[in-house]
Amino acid sequence: MFVFRMIIPAFLVGGVICVIGQLLMDLTKPSFTPAHVLVTFVTGGAILGALGWYKPLIEIGGAGASVPLSGFGYSLAKGAMDAVSREGLMGALSGGVAATAVGIAAAVLFGYLVSIAFNPKG
Amino acid sequence: MDLKRVGNQTVVFSSPPVILASYSVVGPMEGRGPLGKTFDKVWQDNINGEKSWELAESKLLQEAMQGAVEQAGIPLSQVDYMLAGDLLNQIISSNFAARKLALPFIGLYGACSTMALGMAVGSMLIDGGFASHVLVGVSSHHDSAERQYRLPTEQGGQRSLSAQWTVTGAGSVLLGQSGTGPRITAATLGRVLDYGETDVGNMGAAMAPAVADTLLNHFQDLQRQPEDYSLIASGDLGMVGADLTREVMLRSGMSLGSEYTDCGLMIYDKSQDVHAGASGCGCSAVVFAGDIMQRLTAGSLKRVLLVGSGALHSPTSSLQGESVPGIGHAVVIEG
Amino acid sequence: MSQNMRPPTLKITPEEYKDLSTKLTPKPTVLKNCIWAFFVGGLICAIGQVIINLFVAGGLNQTQASTAATALLIFLGALLTGLGVYDEIGKYAGAGSIVPVTGFANSIVSPALEFKREGYVMGVGARLFTVAGPVLVYGIATSIVVGIIYYFLH
Repeated sequence: MFVFRMIIPAFLVGGVICVIGQLLMDLTKPSFTPAHVLVTFVTGGAILGALGWYKPLIEIGGAGASVPLSGFGYSLAKGAMDAVSREGLMGALSGGVAATAVGIAAAVLFGYLVSIAFNPKG
Repeated sequence: MDLKRVGNQTVVFSSPPVILASYSVVGPMEGRGPLGKTFDKVWQDNINGEKSWELAESKLLQEAMQGAVEQAGIPLSQVDYMLAGDLLNQIISSNFAARKLALPFIGLYGACSTMALGMAVGSMLIDGGFASHVLVGVSSHHDSAERQYRLPTEQGGQRSLSAQWTVTGAGSVLLGQSGTGPRITAATLGRVLDYGETDVGNMGAAMAPAVADTLLNHFQDLQRQPEDYSLIASGDLGMVGADLTREVMLRSGMSLGSEYTDCGLMIYDKSQDVHAGASGCGCSAVVFAGDIMQRLTAGSLKRVLLVGSGALHSPTSSLQGESVPGIGHAVVIEG
Repeated sequence: MSQNMRPPTLKITPEEYKDLSTKLTPKPTVLKNCIWAFFVGGLICAIGQVIINLFVAGGLNQTQASTAATALLIFLGALLTGLGVYDEIGKYAGAGSIVPVTGFANSIVSPALEFKREGYVMGVGARLFTVAGPVLVYGIATSIVVGIIYYFLH
């Protein structure tokens, strides 16, 4: 039964975060594209993370808060702050990317492989 | 020589050019729509074995133009000019089709109004005595247009409810100095109007004022009323643009009755989930070359006013926040 | 607009037209979109949670499991995009399929796939970052600013 732990909170928190994104798109100018949504979420997640407001969301929602792109922003900010504590000022430059390296590398690798393997269907 | 120009913007042809033949080629989705049976050729898929969507679009145009010439039964060598246009950068579909046909070529850009523009200019060439046969054709392709103007086709996201669906298709007409067929009797070339619409998901609203302006001038120049036509068809205003055109015309003192419709509302049915209707150069071209030409020939339509509607923006101008200028070109076709 | 147009001209000002156009343009179905976004977005996150729990059960610690789950979700998002399924989900789900990391993968693959015919360097290589580029630029830049501020506060 262990695998089903935290499912409901993840579903609820993740759903609510996505609804915020939907409202951003529907209630703002039509030129607010998916790219703008993603940039807003990653930046927003980083700022909330820095203020210490995103961590509780992760504790409550688990994947519900880490899977949305705001979770990626949170990891970037957390990584930078943790590295500053360990290594001083240089950590501000290295920490964010180091903490999210797996995600970035996976995105590049899988993105490239899929682009090579498939053709657009239209 | 007498001036053939009447009023502000209209020309009346002294020996009206004849539409000797018309031909339309469309993609599978258009083939499944309500006008499916009126098209000359329906592709089984939207790429038809070509290497890219852009080449597929060029192939559509080439097939439509060759089809019109074959149907007229004259050799290609007797065509004096080829007039063509499309939506892609530097009208590349037309240029590539022209490379295959190897005729004296005039490339046109009027965005989605290009079919009407081409018919008007072609008629001027013939009535002016510069040509005996002019081949006019335009194309658009949903996938090549989407990726140039909007987002990649595989990107997940919602299209707005006012968005229209670019037609995959090409239409062509062969105009001649003499012969049998419907005749192009007059044309009103439009001026560019911009009422400040910036939403590229609402092209109908951007083009409606220009179409209304052309209609207004057309009726004044020729001293006619909308009732003098059995059909007034705008090119691709879609649901929102067609409603706006009616309303703007009404406020300007002219009411459009049941003779008015929009080609963009004819191609797809409700179940095809295209939101506000069809758009693209191919939209008015395939509706005219198919359905309207057939009804003109059969005699169920006497006098038709086709008003091509074009949105004269580019992806760059939209990203820079510029509003979308619109244009409307009208041609009168009598059966 | 030019002031010296020959009459007749439309009897409507750009301001009046804007009002009219707003009135006649259908509004997005916000409630329906939000319900879809909630369920699909929630579902993707719930799947993410199941994957994390499976990895933890397999012996990874919480952080490792979360990172591995992210990588797996990116793979799934990319794959569904390649199969032409993700844009069909997105039509209904809207932000529900854009905001999760699978949507990030979709926004990486879709332009690259589309521009493959322009070659492997300027097509695939460059276009992979059409959307990922801005995301990384603003994400990383924000994290650096956060790190610097954090340094001076502590």
